[in-house]
Amino acid sequence: MSSSNPLRDTADRRLPRIAGPSGLVIFGVTGDLSRKKLMPAVYDLANRGLLPPGFSLVGFARREWEHEDFAQVVHDAVKEHARTPFREEVWQQLIQGMRFVQGTFDDDDAFVRLRHTIEELDQAQGTGGNFAFYLSVPPGAFPVVIQQLKKHGLADQTKDSWRRAVIEKPFGHDLKSAEELNGLVHEVFAPDQVFRIDHYLGKETVQNILALRFANQMFEPIWNRSYVDHIQITMAEDIGIGGRAGYYDGIGAARDVIQNHLLQLLALMAMEEPSSFDADALAAEKTKVLGAVRLPKDLGRDTVRAQYAAGWQGGAKVTGYLEEEGIDPNSKTDTYAAIKVEIDNRRWAGVPFYLRTGKRLGRRVTEIAVVFQRAPHSPFDTTATEELGSNAIVVRVQPDEGVTVRFGSKVPGTSMEIRDVSMDFAYGESFTESSPEAYERLILDVLLGDSNLFPRTEEVELSWKILDPIEEYWDTHGRPAQYPAGTWGPDEADEMLERDGRSWRRP
Amino acid sequence: MKIDLTDTTAGKVNKALVQGRRAIGTPAVGMVLTLVIVTDEENAYDALKAANDASREHPSRTLVVIKRVSRSPRDRTSSRLDAEVRVGADAGTGETVVLRLYGEVSDHAQSVVLPLLLPDAPVVVWWPVNAPLDPANDPLGALAQRRVTDTYAAEHPVRELAARADAYTPGDTDLSWTRITPWRSMLAAALDQVTCEVESVEVEGEEFNPSCELLAMWLADRLHVPVQRSQSSGPGLTAVRMATTCGSITLDRADGSLATLSIEGQPARAVALKRRETSELIAEELRRLDPDDTYASALRFGVERLAGKATEPETSEAPEAPEAPEAPEASSSPSTDEAPAPADEAPAPADEAPVPADEAPAAAPAEEAAKAPAKKTAATKATAARTTAKKTPAKKTTTSRKAATK
Repeated sequence: MSSSNPLRDTADRRLPRIAGPSGLVIFGVTGDLSRKKLMPAVYDLANRGLLPPGFSLVGFARREWEHEDFAQVVHDAVKEHARTPFREEVWQQLIQGMRFVQGTFDDDDAFVRLRHTIEELDQAQGTGGNFAFYLSVPPGAFPVVIQQLKKHGLADQTKDSWRRAVIEKPFGHDLKSAEELNGLVHEVFAPDQVFRIDHYLGKETVQNILALRFANQMFEPIWNRSYVDHIQITMAEDIGIGGRAGYYDGIGAARDVIQNHLLQLLALMAMEEPSSFDADALAAEKTKVLGAVRLPKDLGRDTVRAQYAAGWQGGAKVTGYLEEEGIDPNSKTDTYAAIKVEIDNRRWAGVPFYLRTGKRLGRRVTEIAVVFQRAPHSPFDTTATEELGSNAIVVRVQPDEGVTVRFGSKVPGTSMEIRDVSMDFAYGESFTESSPEAYERLILDVLLGDSNLFPRTEEVELSWKILDPIEEYWDTHGRPAQYPAGTWGPDEADEMLERDGRSWRRP
Repeated sequence: MKIDLTDTTAGKVNKALVQGRRAIGTPAVGMVLTLVIVTDEENAYDALKAANDASREHPSRTLVVIKRVSRSPRDRTSSRLDAEVRVGADAGTGETVVLRLYGEVSDHAQSVVLPLLLPDAPVVVWWPVNAPLDPANDPLGALAQRRVTDTYAAEHPVRELAARADAYTPGDTDLSWTRITPWRSMLAAALDQVTCEVESVEVEGEEFNPSCELLAMWLADRLHVPVQRSQSSGPGLTAVRMATTCGSITLDRADGSLATLSIEGQPARAVALKRRETSELIAEELRRLDPDDTYASALRFGVERLAGKATEPETSEAPEAPEAPEAPEASSSPSTDEAPAPADEAPAPADEAPVPADEAPAAAPAEEAAKAPAKKTAATKATAARTTAKKTPAKKTTTSRKAATK
């Protein structure tokens, strides 16, 4: 559409990408995610001038709200959670396109009203029939909503308008259910109109992995088995399961985090250079590397799962997982999972990738550490290099986003003594504040139809293929280990790395 | 923390910077650029405040170069450099050095600035007022990848635009251009929504606001249709009306914040188009440091080719300063091919050219240019121009003064 527009010019880089006329329908608009992330993200986008004039936001939920009540809720959510300052004129622009549709997911009348609302918005706001449906709903309600959308013709695109579906994890709980889910969605929406949100991929640091690897010359030559000893990918949370018992029990850390976030990070770190930065080329490389992931032969030896036990976390006493409200005391659900995988290709053969995630760990942190081999020969005597560790490049995904390079340096003084120092690039320091929230970026991409940062069906299914054998093994072998809340996981996980002669980084 | 140095040198300033950083315990710095602000005492406070706000997005070393006016022959012969080094919380997210140049050294500001530039990081020079007519050949401008001027603050904005076009060197940019990014973005978005040809355009805005001319020139340059520049009482830009093959498209902003976009056959929609603070403009300006070709192309379109331009009274002064206003016409018609070296080639401001080239105090040519016509014009008109042009900055000054007195 923009190619024929004489005011658009690729050389004119001040002009932002503005989404075309469109609207967003949020199902489950009363939920936490919607209030804390989606509404503020919509406002921030508007504030940055990235939403089209006439952009419309439709909420769909069971509450008995009028349009004004809904607008008030959005207003409060924006005031509390938005990243950018509240500005009245931006709000005035947004409020004109705000609507609320009351109803349950199985209520046909409600979907008829939704349809009328959309038609009315096309008239009043000029949204041109372009709508994205954001399904912020529990997995159980998913098929119902999709079917309702189909039944009421809400998913039907015409020649010059689009309808898109935005879905959140979990994308199933194993390969079979993921395939069913994909089948269900694709029956209603074309595959290229389905956007799976993995909010990690919307983070600036994660996109920066691509820049780090493929825009620079100094990293790529050592990014292979000749120099890399191993890679650790960690995502730690300090919170427990909170009120999510119903969802979490039976799912566990591995399904909740490793299957999507960690394997996506692994793919970005390990993949070959894509031929271009477009969605197809990226997906092709990610699929290739995920397809080459090989599980260890002895799953009992090279995987660990555990549950947090009662303990002290950051000065507060917290209960163990099995004592949490709503959790079966005999539950075998993992709140900590660590696995080792290898990648069978020329670049990575023999290099282990250790992935770990857990709740109630030391602190909230996500990072990827590429740990390098030791220098093959050291002219210094052993006492000089006693304190020297392995060189490492650490991508800190959150919080305190940035990149750290760790290497040895001489300690000032008359004797030769070498110690680790680190060199830091912090996003917060070099480009403060401009980093948009992941959801901002992702919602904008949905409206623009740019699917670069969204995992495809194949990636989701390949990830389940990696995880399913591990989950099956865990189901049939033993029970999860226990670790005190507030520590960095169970001893078993440390032993798992010790057997390989390595140790976990303290992130 | 703040370190005051009197009668000092760049070497001592550098030492004070290291000392300051050590003292607050952050020897490693992630600063991405050096921003040099060349200004006078009167505008230094506001400019520095804007730069500090912008530094939250772009941590930088900010060097404020203040040339003090010498009032007696003795002042002029003696020379002195005073510096105020601020690191830590006093300097936004980076470091700030305020340099006050007295006497002869103020003609050699580049010798003070050069040793204080961050190694291997881009340099941006910003003249909030009194920008040289040929920024790239200014001794300070020559140190920079990016030279930011602000025709909005000029005595004769439209004439200065013509001069900018004449002297354009890749890396030049102007805050009047930055100001219209939201307008350009919204107009482009409006044309995304229709499939018709634009036939003519009218850009309406206050007098002495070069942003209106720039927007008009950009539209004319991109659309190849006649563009009319008409006047209103502001604030700033007030409307753009496009006549197209399928009806009119109007973007109308009467109050300086909320605009209405009306496209024939579509419902009218509200659009937030707030006038932005200087700090936001600087932040946008620092986001990209590569040459802005779109600006160059719009600028070189030439003010005089706009229909109904607001500049008649100024062009009528032309006989008195014959070459200067004529030059853009001569050079802007074959504009595209002489891109690389317009600066030394353009003979027009010949009487002024040598000044910026070698011994120039950065402010001198601009001052000259501003003064010269002012003499010749009716005094009343000149003052009128000044007040209009300075409306917004003036208001801001008062607020910031208030903050300062607290």
